[in-house]
Amino acid sequence: MSISFKSLETILERHPPSPEHLISALQDVQARFHYLPKEAMTAVCDHLGVPVSRGWAVATFYKSFSLEPQGEHGISVCMGTACHVRGARNLYDKFRRDLGLPGEEGTTRDRKFTLRQVRCLGCCSMGPVAQVDEEIHGNLNQRKAGQLIKLYRKR
Amino acid sequence: MQITTLTDLEAVKARGLAQLYPEKPKILVGMATCGMAAGAQRVLETLQKRAQQLHWDGAVEKTGCIGFCYEEPLVDLIIPGQPRLTYARVDQEFAAEMMTAVAAGTVPEENFLARLDVDDMILDGGPRRFYEGALSGFVAQAPRYEDLDFFKLQRHLAMRNCGFIDPDNLEHYIARGGYFALHRALTSMTPEEVIEAVTVGGLRGRGGGGFPTGVKWASCRKAKGWPKYVLCNADEGDPGAYMDRSLIEGDPHAILEGMLIGAYAIGSTEGYIYVRAEYPLAVKTLQRAILTAREAGLLGQNIFGAGFSFDIKLNLGGGAFVCGESTALMASIEGRPGEPRAKYVRSVEKGLWNLPSNLNNVETWANVPLIIAKGADWYREIGTEGSKGTKIFSLVGQVKNVGLVEVPMGVTIKDMVNLIGGGVPEAREFKAIQIGGPSGGCIPRELWDLPIDFDSLWDAGAMMGSGGMIVMDNSTCMVDVAKFFLDFLIDESCGKCIPCRLGLKRMRDILEEFSSGKGSLADLEELQSLSEAVQDGALCGLGSSGPNPVLTTLRYFRDEYEAHILGRRCPAGVCKDLITYAINQELCNGCMACVRECPQGAITGEKKQPHQLDATLCIKCGACFEVCKFGAVEVS
Repeated sequence: MSISFKSLETILERHPPSPEHLISALQDVQARFHYLPKEAMTAVCDHLGVPVSRGWAVATFYKSFSLEPQGEHGISVCMGTACHVRGARNLYDKFRRDLGLPGEEGTTRDRKFTLRQVRCLGCCSMGPVAQVDEEIHGNLNQRKAGQLIKLYRKR
Repeated sequence: MQITTLTDLEAVKARGLAQLYPEKPKILVGMATCGMAAGAQRVLETLQKRAQQLHWDGAVEKTGCIGFCYEEPLVDLIIPGQPRLTYARVDQEFAAEMMTAVAAGTVPEENFLARLDVDDMILDGGPRRFYEGALSGFVAQAPRYEDLDFFKLQRHLAMRNCGFIDPDNLEHYIARGGYFALHRALTSMTPEEVIEAVTVGGLRGRGGGGFPTGVKWASCRKAKGWPKYVLCNADEGDPGAYMDRSLIEGDPHAILEGMLIGAYAIGSTEGYIYVRAEYPLAVKTLQRAILTAREAGLLGQNIFGAGFSFDIKLNLGGGAFVCGESTALMASIEGRPGEPRAKYVRSVEKGLWNLPSNLNNVETWANVPLIIAKGADWYREIGTEGSKGTKIFSLVGQVKNVGLVEVPMGVTIKDMVNLIGGGVPEAREFKAIQIGGPSGGCIPRELWDLPIDFDSLWDAGAMMGSGGMIVMDNSTCMVDVAKFFLDFLIDESCGKCIPCRLGLKRMRDILEEFSSGKGSLADLEELQSLSEAVQDGALCGLGSSGPNPVLTTLRYFRDEYEAHILGRRCPAGVCKDLITYAINQELCNGCMACVRECPQGAITGEKKQPHQLDATLCIKCGACFEVCKFGAVEVS
């Protein structure tokens, strides 16, 4: 997949060329492209003067980076303790079934949704919760989860 | 404007007070993440729109979270000469009605939560009454905050400004006594005196360890090397804990002021706040607060003309729980994977960039200005012998009143669950409380008279952690909970040391055997000894405290493990391999809800006839159980 070099350049310009800015530069790339394209990784590492291997070490260590392109809508289901005791596991399986995902996490074939687990969104009072794009939905159950997917499929 | 003298500070305070308590009515909407998730943004917009339509002469503003999360969205009505009135579960429709009533000079009686007669203003030398004389009508009968079970035992010290000020407004913060403690420290105390006050006050680290803050500061001050760093740990990764997020979103300047005072005491000029990227609102609030403080001259060169300079950078976490560990956090700021190191040399001597670094948690920093402003002796009076002050807990899980609770140390678990929390849901029984996240433990009902402080919890096998408190009732399986925490830790283990990387995995395998009904009593012994090995051998706190949930459940709920092993059953009805779903033919009235919801088509039946469940098709997803309003779906 080709990426826009112009937006990549703007990101690089924001970060002085020293290794300590690796994480924040990659975060900017992630925010812009929703994943870390290979070309961008090489460019960031060259710019900061770190070996590309270190870039991949960081990218695979931290959860917020993804190496695959993401779906149009991101669904993050909270798997924190408070949500867990209120049925988050069954809720997650419902999302997985409705989206037809074979594995634990991943992107649907039509690139419409990416489903992932997240450890605590800090909205424990409304558990179980899930975040779709920027919006948090609280007090969910399996029925509401089904409705949520239908709603976003139309958007 | 620049704030460089006490006179400047006083002038800003006067302006802030005029905004906090204006001569016109004012409506406040709680807009922290919890409020937003409950729809506070739409409520705010409705209020503003309606106010405009009615040409209402008053202000609609946002504020932080007062902690009563399960009643969100919360809206406060402040009318001069009247107590402050709080409304709960406000939706758009009610917001419009409310504005109409207020514009007509009345106050609505629906959705009412409580009234507040006095604003404590703890930092500012005394309480401020909202009204004089007697009240009349509905307001006179209305319950006060202190009448509510949820607030009875609470004392908001660290949360002093949450729900009172607009977090983005520096003048509001100063109006309630903010930055006066910094001024006092810089102009009339030596760094040693500041450290002395924090030590005598008895402040212990609120992030989990409970290490005496003053002692840490003193060693960092003594350490050789320059520059020194002052860091704030806002990487709140404990599942079930969100007090740091709420403090940042409700009162960011309290944290900055705490760090400034700490930096002065330690002799540092540079600071970092390491904050979770999963908290977008907290990140934005901190960015704005740092900018505002810089513009006012409260961060930067020569603060208050006292020759002290300090500035703060914000670092976003990458979503790794282990980065809450001090050395991993520092590695992450340096741009490396967040792997902890062995602490032969402590980070106060060689931390960030191998230089002396002092790391404290958000809540700890928020307590610092309080001790300087009110004095160590005042602070010492609160709490227990070994644990001074208050602690914020997030009381969540199977409990009625869910929210953030700030209480003096030493409140019992029983009061926490039954009084403040309002007990577990009807027809259920309190079983245990999980304290301290993945490093903590489960404390059973038998111990519920235990006072909650650092040392009592430690003795019971749990720990304070960052203050997450998850209430569990008889629908929670303890083997499943132990498995849940191990899953979490396996997922978050950095993989550097073997006990954590492999030991936790093997422990989880054993638990998996139990929950699928294949375990033996010998496995139980192996689990115990493996837990102790991981405790002794792991490199950092994540690994060495990782077995705590397993050890405490083994210690207090051994019968439940034995039921899984010997009886091949899960008493709580959670472990899927050991349960079956069935429909009680007498309770089922044939409403078809479960038939429609079942993803497998395993439930069949006609309208108004008891339904049938085909166990061979059932995947035990629990969808039928959730939708049944008549309790006809049974788990056994």
